[in-house]
Amino acid sequence: MIKVLKPGLLSSIQDLGRTGYQKFGVIASGAMDPFSHRMANLLSGNEENDPALEITMMGPILTFEEDTLISICGGDLSPSINGQPIRTWRSVFVKKGSELKFGGCQKGCRAYLAVYGGFAVPEVMNSKSTYLRAGIGGFKGRALKAGDVLETGKPSLQSLKMNDFLSKQLLDKAFVENDWGIASKLIPETVGNPEIRITRGRQFDLFTHESRIQLFNHAFEVTAQSDRMGYRLKGPSLALSEHAEQISEAVNFGSIQVPPDGNPIVLLADRQTTGGYPKIGQVAAVDLPLLAQAKPGDALRFAEISNEQAQQLLIKREMKLKELKQGIFLKTRGGN
Amino acid sequence: MEYTVHPLGDNAVLIELGNEISEDAHQKVQTLTAFLEKHPPDWMIEYIPAYTTVTVFYNPFEIYQLSDGELPFDFICSHLKPLMEELGENKAKEARIVEIPVCYGGEFGPDLDYVAEHNGLTPDEVIDIHSSGSYLVYMIGFAPGFPFIGGMSEQIAAPRRDTPRLKIPERTVGIAGMQTGIYPIETPGGWQLIGRTPVKLFRPMDESPTLLKAGDKIKFRPISLEEYHHWEEKDQ
Repeated sequence: MIKVLKPGLLSSIQDLGRTGYQKFGVIASGAMDPFSHRMANLLSGNEENDPALEITMMGPILTFEEDTLISICGGDLSPSINGQPIRTWRSVFVKKGSELKFGGCQKGCRAYLAVYGGFAVPEVMNSKSTYLRAGIGGFKGRALKAGDVLETGKPSLQSLKMNDFLSKQLLDKAFVENDWGIASKLIPETVGNPEIRITRGRQFDLFTHESRIQLFNHAFEVTAQSDRMGYRLKGPSLALSEHAEQISEAVNFGSIQVPPDGNPIVLLADRQTTGGYPKIGQVAAVDLPLLAQAKPGDALRFAEISNEQAQQLLIKREMKLKELKQGIFLKTRGGN
Repeated sequence: MEYTVHPLGDNAVLIELGNEISEDAHQKVQTLTAFLEKHPPDWMIEYIPAYTTVTVFYNPFEIYQLSDGELPFDFICSHLKPLMEELGENKAKEARIVEIPVCYGGEFGPDLDYVAEHNGLTPDEVIDIHSSGSYLVYMIGFAPGFPFIGGMSEQIAAPRRDTPRLKIPERTVGIAGMQTGIYPIETPGGWQLIGRTPVKLFRPMDESPTLLKAGDKIKFRPISLEEYHHWEEKDQ
């Protein structure tokens, strides 16, 4: 059991998204930074899709009512246990009664807290993700509030092995960190003003020559009117060569739409299922983690790549992840 | 069936079946989605139908591992080809007719008088015209169960509000330009509100979570405030 003392700015339970219901207009939701979400789960011995806590900008204060194995991946929001900093991207065994607190955003803006067994929340339409606007999924369909009590699920065999190994080293400390974690070369480099690789959107050619050039030659600021649905960007105004009404069609995570005001919107985890604004670009899946870690005030730069390159980069990333999964499994099986 | 394909990110392919909103393009979308429902390809995760397109989602890495090194988008395109060739044109099936009871005006329809005035009609005439139309659900999108409906009479068209309302209660029926629609969940919005239905459009706990589906025909039926409340109680 985990008690919420302070909820933070926006802490919600997410898995990798609600698939199968977009045809009914039900948004996908899910983790904004799926890579970090998956990593946090793997380090807790969970399935990649298990529900974890997505923590935004200002993190919560949580107390652990029982011994728990956790891991935190994604942005560095200065997590500490009983006042002592803990490292991200590795497994941490936490003693009953300890308090987990987050501080300022050092890097990125979204952290993922996985606990062994995952958070025990009911499945709604095939997913445990919180769909904030409809008030369903996750923990009571909403972001955490002070006083909430989160239950955890049944730990896997692998979780229990990690847990046993670390608990033996605990002695009288409040927590113990595993001596190995995810190698930094595998972690997407979260920098303040990231370069995001994109492919051409379906309506790219309908934009003016100047707009197409500006898309790749100017920075776009993430404005304060950004949320889990989309980032509203501010930069050079992008325009169509001639006014043309678009027919509404499906949109995707990372689709870059341009409404008539000329300011692009990058669609994210809580995007609507369909949209009618022209799409000038599409963020390559491999760079979605970088995008998700950008916060208001950050400047994004876009670099064009082909669909082939985007796919190859994603495949390369997934191959590495597969190796990493095997590595974690072997290390844990051997009792570390 | 004639089509073109376009990548939509690294995990989806958009299949375009027409280039304008028409019953013909709608019928093609219906034919393809009916096929995908009945014979879901093993690489498909889900699909989103729209006015003239169907977008199919897949897991690119799983496909890469299956496909002997072929890039996922190419693999999907080559698997779509025989499937699309097999599909005949316009296998129209009988449309389902869904009746939507609506309590028009009053607190549920604060803009009914405006819509009437704008068109030089009485509120009752607006209700008559709205509830005698023949409507087709072209697509579902924007919000769970939100129907994009065709077939509203131009006689009761009205522009969107200059300033959108911050909260429109769920199940409110509205008009925007030549469109009419129903908000399934509470959202902000700029449509002119003319009434409310006691029927839930979004039912997250049901097997089919939305009342309406693309391809449905809708009939609006005016009901009194008493009937509305009675219905709502029954539905709880």
